[in-house]
Amino acid sequence: MSAHLPAIQIVVPLLAAALCVLVPWKRVSWGIAFAGSVTAFFAAIGLLSRVLDGEEIRYALGGWAAPWGIEYRIDAVNALVLLIVAGIGVVVTPFALKSVERELDGRRIPLFYGAWMLCLCGLLGIAITGDAFNIFVFLEISSLSAYALIAMGSDRRALVSAFRYLIMGSVGASFIVIGIGLLYVETGTLNLADLAERLPALHGERTVLVAFAFLTVGTSLKLALFPLHLWLPNAYTFAPSAVTAFLAATATKVAVYVLLRFFFTVFGTAYSFEQLRLGVWLLPLALVAIFTMSLVAIFQGNVKRMLAYSSVAQIGYIILGVSFASVTGLTAATLHLFNHALMKGALFLALGCVMYRVGSVHIDALRGLGRRMPWTMAAFTAGGLSLIGVPLTVGFVSKWFLVLGALEQGMWPVAALVLVTSTMAVVYIWRVVEAIYFGEPSPRAESATEAPLSLLVPTWALIVANLYFGIDATLTTSVAGQAARTLLGGAP
Amino acid sequence: MNAGELALLALIIPAVGAGLVGLLRAQPNLREAASLVTGGVLLGVVMRIHRAVAAGEIPRLVLAEPLPGIPLELEVEPLGMIFALVAGSLWIVTTLYAIGYMRGHHEKNQTRFYIFFALAISCTMGVAFAGNLFTLFVFYEALTLSTFPLVTHAGTDAAKRAGRVYLGILLSTSIAFQLFAIIWTYLLTGTIDFEMGGILEGRAGEGVVAVLLALYVFGIGKAAVMPFHRWLPAAMVAPTPVSALLHAVAVVKAGVFSILKITIYVFGIDFLTQLGASVWLMWVAAATIILASLVAFRKDNLKARLAYSTISQLSYVVLGAMLANTMGIIGGGMHIVMHAFGKITLFFCAGAIMVAAHKTEISDMRGLGRTMPVTCAAFFVGTLSIIGLPPAGGTWSKWFLGLGALDAGQVGLVAVLMVSSLLSIGYLMIVPVRAFFSPASNPHGHGHANGGIHEAPLPSLIAIVITSLCCLALFVYPDPFFQLISMVAGP
Repeated sequence: MSAHLPAIQIVVPLLAAALCVLVPWKRVSWGIAFAGSVTAFFAAIGLLSRVLDGEEIRYALGGWAAPWGIEYRIDAVNALVLLIVAGIGVVVTPFALKSVERELDGRRIPLFYGAWMLCLCGLLGIAITGDAFNIFVFLEISSLSAYALIAMGSDRRALVSAFRYLIMGSVGASFIVIGIGLLYVETGTLNLADLAERLPALHGERTVLVAFAFLTVGTSLKLALFPLHLWLPNAYTFAPSAVTAFLAATATKVAVYVLLRFFFTVFGTAYSFEQLRLGVWLLPLALVAIFTMSLVAIFQGNVKRMLAYSSVAQIGYIILGVSFASVTGLTAATLHLFNHALMKGALFLALGCVMYRVGSVHIDALRGLGRRMPWTMAAFTAGGLSLIGVPLTVGFVSKWFLVLGALEQGMWPVAALVLVTSTMAVVYIWRVVEAIYFGEPSPRAESATEAPLSLLVPTWALIVANLYFGIDATLTTSVAGQAARTLLGGAP
Repeated sequence: MNAGELALLALIIPAVGAGLVGLLRAQPNLREAASLVTGGVLLGVVMRIHRAVAAGEIPRLVLAEPLPGIPLELEVEPLGMIFALVAGSLWIVTTLYAIGYMRGHHEKNQTRFYIFFALAISCTMGVAFAGNLFTLFVFYEALTLSTFPLVTHAGTDAAKRAGRVYLGILLSTSIAFQLFAIIWTYLLTGTIDFEMGGILEGRAGEGVVAVLLALYVFGIGKAAVMPFHRWLPAAMVAPTPVSALLHAVAVVKAGVFSILKITIYVFGIDFLTQLGASVWLMWVAAATIILASLVAFRKDNLKARLAYSTISQLSYVVLGAMLANTMGIIGGGMHIVMHAFGKITLFFCAGAIMVAAHKTEISDMRGLGRTMPVTCAAFFVGTLSIIGLPPAGGTWSKWFLGLGALDAGQVGLVAVLMVSSLLSIGYLMIVPVRAFFSPASNPHGHGHANGGIHEAPLPSLIAIVITSLCCLALFVYPDPFFQLISMVAGP
C-alpha cells in the first residue's frame, strides 16, 4: 500500500473528479471531494515523512520503467510542495461546502467539485512527476480547471477575468511546451533526471539557451512574476471565495516549484546562475515586484484585490530568495512558499466568511464588523500580522531567513528594502483593521452575525498553523533547509 | 519553583488577570478587585525574583525554540530586575488610580481597557526578562500591539489618527531598523545572546559598529529619540492611567531599557568607549533633551507638556547609555527608576485635575491649589524629582549622569544637563507655583473655587500620595536599585 502512495496521491483526486460530476446531489458530490482531499493529504504526509528519513522516492507509474514510462520522483522539495497543496486542499474543501452553496447556482455545484478535484489533481501532479512532458500535461489540467473555477464567480466580471487568465495562461503553457520540445530535440529524453545528466554537455548550445528562455518566461507567466502578473488581480478578485483561497495558496507556489526544478535540478546552478547569471535578472524584477505591488495594494478599495496585489509582492519575496542561489536564500524561498500559503489562505478564508455574511468584501463593507463578527475579524487581524511578519508568526520566520540571505551576499540595501517594504504591509493591512474596529457599520454589516462554524473552523485552523509554525519552526526550517541543499546539489 | 519559572509566572499572572477581568465584566466591583489582586500577586512574585537576583543568581528559562539556535528565552539579570520592579510596583498603584479615574470620568468599555492594560503589563515583564535579542524583539512588538487598543480607547477620529501615528512609527522603526540590526548582529556573531562585556568585540569593525548602534538607537522607537518621537505626544489621547503607566513608565522605559541593555550586553561598554562610535549619538540625545524641553514650553495642554518633558527625560537614559562608562550606566539605570516615579506622579495629578476640576490647559490652573491642595503638593514633589533637586530621588540620577559626562571628558554635556534642569524648572515648576500663589483665574466658572476642597476620587488620591511619597523615599533610600545597577555597571 505505502509503496503505491505516489500513485494514490494523484489517482484518487482524479477519480473523485469523475465521481463528483456523475452524482446529481450537491452534498454527495462535496462529500466525494472531501474524501478525495483527505486521502491526498494523508498521502502527502506519508510521502514527506519517508523523504525526511533521507529516502528519494522513485515510482514507475503503471510499472513502465523510465525513460519509456513516466517516473514519479520525490525529494524534499516536491514533498513539501505536495504537502502545501494537499494541506490547503483539505482545509479549504470543508470551507467550500457552505461558501459555494451561497455563491453558486445549485445545479453547477457538482460541476464545481469536479473542476475542484481536477485542479487539485493537476497541481499535485505537477509537483510529483519526474517527467517534463507530464509536467505540461498536469499544468494544463490544473489551469483549465482553474479557468472554469474562476469563471463560476458570482460577479459577471469573473467571466472576463477567467478569459484573460485563459489567454495569458495559454501563452505561458505554449512557451513551456516549446521549451520542453526543444530540450527533447537536443537530448532525446523527457525524464528530468536524464535531462539533468545530459544537459551539462550541451551548455554552449543555442537551442538549450532558447529552451531555457522559453521555459523561464512561460513559468514566470504562470507564477505571476512581475511584470507578467496582469492576469492575477482580477482572477483572484472575482473568483468564488473558496477558489481564491485555494488558488492563491497553491497555484503560484506550484509554478515557483517548476521554476526551481528547471533552474536548479534540470539546467543546474552552474548553467543558470553562473553561466547565464540569472540572479542579476531576477533580483531587480523581484525588488520592483515587491515595491510597486505593495504600493498598489495600499490603494485598493476591494480587500480581495488588495490581497491579490500583495500576493504578487510576496511572490517577489520568494523570487528574491531564489535569486541569491545560496542555501539561506533558497531556504527562505521554500519556507516562504509554505508560510505564504498559510497566511494568504487564512486571509482569503476570512474574507470568504465576510462574503458569506455581508455579500461584499469592499473595505466599506468591512466597517464596524469587529463587533458583529469578532472571530472572523480576529482571524483576519492575526493573518494580517503574519503577513506583516510580526514575530511568533510564520511571516517573521520567512523574513528572518530572507534578510539573513541578503546580508550573507553583502546586499545590505536589499535587506533594508525587504524590511522597509514589510512596513508597507503594515499600511495596507492596518487600513483594513482600522475600518474593521473603528468604522461605522454599513446597513448590511449592522445585521451581520458571526460566520457559521463550518467556515470559521477552517479559517482558524490556518491561523493556528500560522502561529504554530511561527513559534516552532524547527520542522519547516529543516524541511526547507533540506530542500535548499537538494536543489543546490549537495547531499540531502 | 525556581526563579526562572517565577519569571515565567510574572508573564502569566497579568495574562490570567486579563482573563479574569473578562469573565467578571458584569460586576465592575469584582472586576476591579481582580485587577488589584493580580497586581498584588505580581508584585509579590517580582519581589521573590528580586531576592534571588540580589543574591547574585541569574535565573534562566527557555520557553520555545522557534528557529534552530534562536530560542525564546527568559533571563533575569539585574538591569531587567530594576525595570520589572518599577513596572510591577507601579502597576498596582496605577490600577488603584484607574479605578477612581475611569469611574470619575465615566469612560466606556472599561472591561476592554483593563484587559489590554493587563496584557500590556505581561508584555512589559517579557521585555524586562528577555534573555536574548529575539525575545526582546518579540515582546517589544507585542507591547506595541497590546497598547494600540488603549491609545485608541476613545474611538474618535482624533484617537484613530493618533493610533496611526503610534503604530506607524513604532512598528516601522522596529522592523526597518531594529530587526535589521538584530539579523545583522546574528550574521556577524552567530549568536543573539546577551553577554556581559558584549558579543561584538573582535567580530565587527568600527564602521559597522557605528552603523549598528545607530540602527539600534533609532530602531528602538519607544525611546523617543528625535526625530522618531512624534508617537509619544500622539499617544496622549489615551485615558490618563494609560499615559501615566504606559507612556511614562512601561512603554517608554521598555525603549530606554532596551537601549541600555543592548549597549551593555551586545556592544559592551569598554568596546564602545574604545571605538568612540557613540559620541555623535550622545549629541543626538543631548539635542533631544534640549529641543523637547523647548517644545514643552510652548504646550499649554498639561498632558502634552508632560509628554514632551518625557521625551526630554528619556534621552537622559539614552545619553547615559551612550556615555558607555560606569557612571553613565549607573546614571541611566537610576534615571529609569527616578523618572518613572516622578513622571507617573505628574500624570496622576494631571488626570486628577481633569476629573475633579475638568481642566486640561495649564493657563486655567491658576489658584487650583486652594481646591486641590494634595494634588498640587504632589505635583510639586514630582516636579522636584524630574528637575533633580533634593529631597527627591531624581537628584541621584542627574548626579551620576553628570559624573559620567565628566568621566567621558564631555564637559559640554554637563552644560546640557544643567540647562535642561533650568528649562524644566521653567516649564514644570510654573504649574504648582501658579496653582498655589496665583488668584483663581475663573472663580465663577465650573468648579468649587469658593474655598471648598474638591479632590479627585479617593482611590486616585491614595495613588497620588503613594507615588509622591516614593519620590521622596527614593532620595533617602535608593539602595536596592543602586545595588542592582552597580552589578552591571562594572567597577
